[in-house]
Formats: sequence, C-alpha cells, structure tokens
Amino acid sequence: MPWLKHTPFRHGIHPPEHKEDTAHLAIKQFPFAPLLIVPFSQHIGKPAIPVVKAHDEVIRGQLLAKADGYMSVPIHAPASGVVRKIGMVSSITGAMVSGLYLEPFPASTQEVLEGKPCPLDASKEQIITAIQNAGIAGLGGAAFPTHVKLNIPEGEQVDTILINGIECEPYLTTDHRVMLEQTRDVFTGIRYLLKATGAERAIIGVEANKPDAALKLKENIPNGLPAIVEVLNVKYPQGAEKMLIKTLLNREVPAGAHSVEIGVVGVNVATAAEIGRLLPHGRGIQERVITVGGAAVNQKGNYRIPIGTPLRFILDTVGVTGALNEVFLGGPMMGQSAPSLDIPITKGTSGVIAFTDGKLMTRRCYHCIHCGRCVEACPMLLNPSQLGLLAKKQHYEVMADEYQLKECFECGACSFVCPSHIPLVQYFRIAKAQLKKAQLKSVQAA
Amino acid sequence: MSNKTLQIHSSPHISNGASVDVIMRNVVYALFPVVVFSIYAFGLAAFFTIIFAVLACLLTEHLLCRWSKQTTTVNDWSVAITGIIYGLTLPPGLPLWMTVVGGVLAVSLGKFIFGGLGCNPFNPALVGRAFLQAAFPTAMTSWMAPFASDRFTTIPTSTLALPLFSPTYDSLSSATPLAAMKFSQQSSETVDLLLGLTSGSLGETCSVLILLGGLYLIVRNMMNWRIPAGIFIAVILLSAVFHFIDPVRFPNVVFMLFTGGLMLGAMFMATDMVASPITNVGCFIYGLLIGALVVVIRLWSGMPEGVMYAILFANAVSPHIDRYFQPTPFGHQG
Repeated sequence: MPWLKHTPFRHGIHPPEHKEDTAHLAIKQFPFAPLLIVPFSQHIGKPAIPVVKAHDEVIRGQLLAKADGYMSVPIHAPASGVVRKIGMVSSITGAMVSGLYLEPFPASTQEVLEGKPCPLDASKEQIITAIQNAGIAGLGGAAFPTHVKLNIPEGEQVDTILINGIECEPYLTTDHRVMLEQTRDVFTGIRYLLKATGAERAIIGVEANKPDAALKLKENIPNGLPAIVEVLNVKYPQGAEKMLIKTLLNREVPAGAHSVEIGVVGVNVATAAEIGRLLPHGRGIQERVITVGGAAVNQKGNYRIPIGTPLRFILDTVGVTGALNEVFLGGPMMGQSAPSLDIPITKGTSGVIAFTDGKLMTRRCYHCIHCGRCVEACPMLLNPSQLGLLAKKQHYEVMADEYQLKECFECGACSFVCPSHIPLVQYFRIAKAQLKKAQLKSVQAA
Repeated sequence: MSNKTLQIHSSPHISNGASVDVIMRNVVYALFPVVVFSIYAFGLAAFFTIIFAVLACLLTEHLLCRWSKQTTTVNDWSVAITGIIYGLTLPPGLPLWMTVVGGVLAVSLGKFIFGGLGCNPFNPALVGRAFLQAAFPTAMTSWMAPFASDRFTTIPTSTLALPLFSPTYDSLSSATPLAAMKFSQQSSETVDLLLGLTSGSLGETCSVLILLGGLYLIVRNMMNWRIPAGIFIAVILLSAVFHFIDPVRFPNVVFMLFTGGLMLGAMFMATDMVASPITNVGCFIYGLLIGALVVVIRLWSGMPEGVMYAILFANAVSPHIDRYFQPTPFGHQG
C-alpha cells in the first residue's frame, strides 16, 4: 500500500483535480495552423541562432535555429513550409522576442525529416549531445535544457533517475496519456538517461489518481531494465522535484544546492518519452502533447500540437462557448495568463486552459488575519504570511535574508488557501524582481 | 469566438474559496448557542447587555470607518464577534451605559487605532472588558444568581442605571464559584459547572455549549486546537501539582477547568487569530503560557479570576513567540 510505504513531503494542498474531463481521452494529432509563430527562445538559457532566411522553404523537422553554446537548445521546423519573416514575435509575457513566422504548405504532412540516429549503445557524451541536438528542454513546464541536467559535474555521483509522472497540476492530463500511450518510448528514454548519467536505477513516480498509467508502466517494464514504478498519494505540489525526491527517497535537497549533489536527477516523464521517441531517429522536437481544457472549451482533450501554433487557432479548432475571459498556459496553479490569443505554444506549454468566468480579480482583499493556513500549506516550510507583510512594506532585503524568499518556487499553495485573498505569490515575484534589480545595480556600481 | 479583453493575473488562477468573512461568520454561529443559553439563564438582563454590547461595537466601527473615509468593515463579521464575546464576558446586571462605554473603547482603542482587522495586537473584546474592570471594579464583580424566577419579566434596576451613576442592586448578589472558593473555600458541584447552573459572567457558565462551539470551529479548520490544548494542559498539570501539595487551599483540576472564564477564554478569546501566534508550535506555547498565568493569578493574586489578564499578557508576547518559533525552511535542516 503506497500510503504506508512513503512519508510524503510536509504541508501541501489538495486542489480540485478536474482531470476527469480529459484523462480518458487518447492523444489526437492537431492540424497545422495557417501560420506558425516560432520563438528562438523556448527554454531557459540563451536563445537559439537562426540558420534559415526569410522565404526559405523548410521541411518538417529541419533545423531552424542552432543552439548558442552549451546553455541553449536548437529549434526545429514544426511543419514543412515557407519561412515568411524572421524578426520579433509576441510571447506569453507580453514582450516581443526574436523568432520567425512559418507558413505551412497546404499539403504539409506529418512526415518528419530523419536525422542521424543515436544508438542505445552510444557513449555518454554522444547521448547528451544527441539530446541537445534534439532541442529537448524540460516538457514539464520549466523548459530547462535537459542535456545540462544530465551532464553530471566532475566529482558528483548519481545513483537514481527520478522519472516524474506526478502531474499534480489540476486539469492537466498530458503526462497521464503519455505514460499510457507511449509506454515504450518512456522506457527507451530511461535507457538513454541511465546511460547518460551513469545512474544505477530509475524510479517512476506516479500519483494514485492515475492507476491505469501506473499499471501499464508496471506491466511493461522491459526485462533487465533497473526501473520501478512507485504510486504516491495525491498531494500538490508533489510534482516539484524537491518534493518528489523527499517523498520517494526521503532525501532533502539542501538549500541552494542541486539534486545532483544528493545523487538524484529528475526528468519529467514526457521529456523521457520524447527522448525515447526522437533519439532513435535523430529527430528534433516539432510538436508536444498539450491538454486543452477548462470550462470554456467544447472539445476538451489531449492533443499533439505543433510547436508555434497560436492560441487563437487552437481555441478556434476545439471550439469555445461564450466570451473568453481567462486563458492560461500550463496548469491553474503555476501557469501564466495569456495576454492575447496571438501567442504561440512552446516546448514548455503543458496545457491551454480557458475560462469564461474568471472571478479571482473581483474578490475583496483583507488584511492578513494570521490564520496560519499559508504556513501550513507551504511545501518549502516558509512563512508566507510574514513574507507577505514584509513585501507590503517593501522590506525586500529582510524577506531574502531572514525569511529565505529565494526558496519559494511559486507553487501558489499559499495564495490558494489564503482567506484574506492576499496575492502572496505575486508579492513574492515582485520582491524577487526588485531584489534582482537592486543586485544588478550594485554590480554595475562596483 | 469573441474578442473580449482577457484577464491577466499572477498565478495561482484558482483558490479554495475560503474567505475571512466566512470564517468570522462561522465563529458567530459557534457562539450562538452560548448566547441563547446566557439569555435563558439570566433573562432580560443578558438580552439587553448583549444587544447593547454588539450594537455599540458595530456602530463604533461603522462610524469610525465613515469618519476616516474608508469603506465600512462591519460586513466582515469580525466586529460582530468582538461585540458578542465582549457582551458574554460582562456580569449580568451591569449598567447598560457601562456596557456601551466599554464596547466603544473595545473597538476604538482595541482595534481601530491599530488599523482595524488584522492589526490589533490585543483581543479587542478583552481590551473593553479590561477597561471596565479597572474603571468600575464593583459593578464588574457584582453577580446575579442565574434562573431568577422573574428574569423574563423584569429588568434589574442596576441594568437601567443612569449614565455616570453607580448602580443599585435589587437582589442579593451571588458569589461566583471562583470567588466562593477564593474567599470562603467553598467548592461547587461539577455538574453545575458543566451545565452552567452557577453564577458568573453572561457567557462563561455553560462549559458544555462552549466546548461544542469550539469543537465546531476546530472541525471546520477555523480554529487552531493547539491553543486550547496548551491552555488545558498547563492548567491541568499545574493545578494538579498544587492540589496535591495542599488540597485545602488549592482547588482540584476539574474545578479549575470548568469555573470562571477559562472555557470561554480558551475557546473563543485566546484563539483570536490576529492576536495569537501563527505557527503551530507557537500556538501551543502561547496556550501553555496562558494556562500557567491563569493558575498563577487565580491562586496567588488578590483577584479570584485571571483569564482576561492572562490572555492579554499572552497577546502582548505573541509576536515574540512568532519570532522565536519560525518554521525552518526546507533544505535548511542540519
């Protein structure tokens, strides 16, 4: 029984899951939009450098932009078509970023350009390079370049690869479907990951609300592959790497350290599946699985959508009832509000959730009443109440120095439970931005 | 698809729907049986005292908000709690004008000058009561016997005393169990204490109903149970030790638990979220502190009862408790 086996991480919350709308729906291929918007930076790190020119004809899977150094990944053509323009494109933050517009040929097919396959018995370095060349950045949402994570620093030893199939965000069911439908890809991916890191074993963590996925994985573990599947009690934010490591291995990542330092590398299950799907063919990422859901959407489901598809095309295709009021990318706990429908989905987009009745903005905000619910919710064991009061007074240094603001990864648990409706996470984001600004200033002054 | 403007806000985009006014309203629900019993036991005197206490608090808050050009905060229900609790701590038969004075001071000096809900360092209801205790000690310690036969037909003359005049009492006053113990070493029946058949402040007599109200709030996660737990543990341990040392001078544990304002204080006053610590450890220590102070004041001071001062003192210490018992962040152990 899973609830006896693992001591879960402390605190956390249980938001309504809303997964029943799409969890049972198989992944469907999405059509090509008439115009795709492909930003050159879809990952944390340096933007890729374009290698095509305007009016160039490209084939699906062809390299559009190459990695700019180690902390960068390349971008591949999501469809066969013509590059219309290279320049600035709109992004989720509202800022314009560099990218290109690609107009797919009307007859563009799902066929993808084959590259140089990376065999399973390739060397460590070859696999890591192949993963970078495939343009893979964490598909769970953070979009951190995966090859950087897998390159174990000198002197560190990794014993375990954690495959993160938790998917604790409400509404999202992409990892769930990937585990069910791409089981083989997941295990192929794990083979590459074990080889690349030198880890002895892989543990796939799945929450108990996806019993079919856990069973499918358990039944299909290839002979001789040192992988196990662990079913965990549902609790948000268990999908956060630090929380998952704590629950599964009872190891605590020390403050300011990386999981590598305690012998663990965590990889999202969709990322693992993508590695297993792409590397044997030497391909790059051209599409990803996304849950399109929320009360406003007619044909909710899990779709394999080409990178760069604009939200407007996605929502037009699935149909929307009523006037859209709120659209966000990712889950409702950590996802970002879309400022307009003319922005593309990128490698880090796990969900497109649309509502016609956003009510959060109109709620009355009370003063903190010290109820302590945020303190009991914070998985990082911080004091959000105190941090919020300090943020209001703009005591950002105190927040950082005495109340460990930097440990906050903005999971949203505190804001979710706050009966005073204080936008705590927003306060913390502002505080972090201000601290960064001040730090930059002092560096420049020195 | 229409092109309505999209809302943009910082994540999270959902909430569990909890709200301050809902919490506060539920505290009022939890207090309701206590209020009903109080009126049943003390009749019209209790009815008018509680009505005047609540109205004084509500009006003060409303007018102060108007005066300082803010939207009124009366509808967050917190001032209603202050009014009810304040009313419940008063002795039956207290002149209504004193009730009003205390209520005005409770909200203005206890809450509003600090910035309103969320900013008050002390429980406002107790600030009002503490003022009355200091200003009108005789009136605040004159007790009526409960269940007088004419309680629903006549209002005590003391209740209707003219403003600024001292009340005259028409019935013989009856000592509270704590006073009887302190000044004449008389104990009371435990059953009477549980069911509220003794004299005392309006809302403090019926321990059973108070406990039920508290239980309701604990079950609904609207009260930190560690506070009353801490109080009870400290009271039980300390009074057990002293009763063991000198059973004649020091009352037993059950008597200490169910007399005076301990139940009402532990369940509804010490647990005021604003004036108590935020962490669970802090809450427990805060509870222990209150319990210890209650025992010390009751057994050694000149007053028979000490719950009010114990809570006010612990309120003052609460921010310091919070400072020392901050949670240790993840990854910072060892």
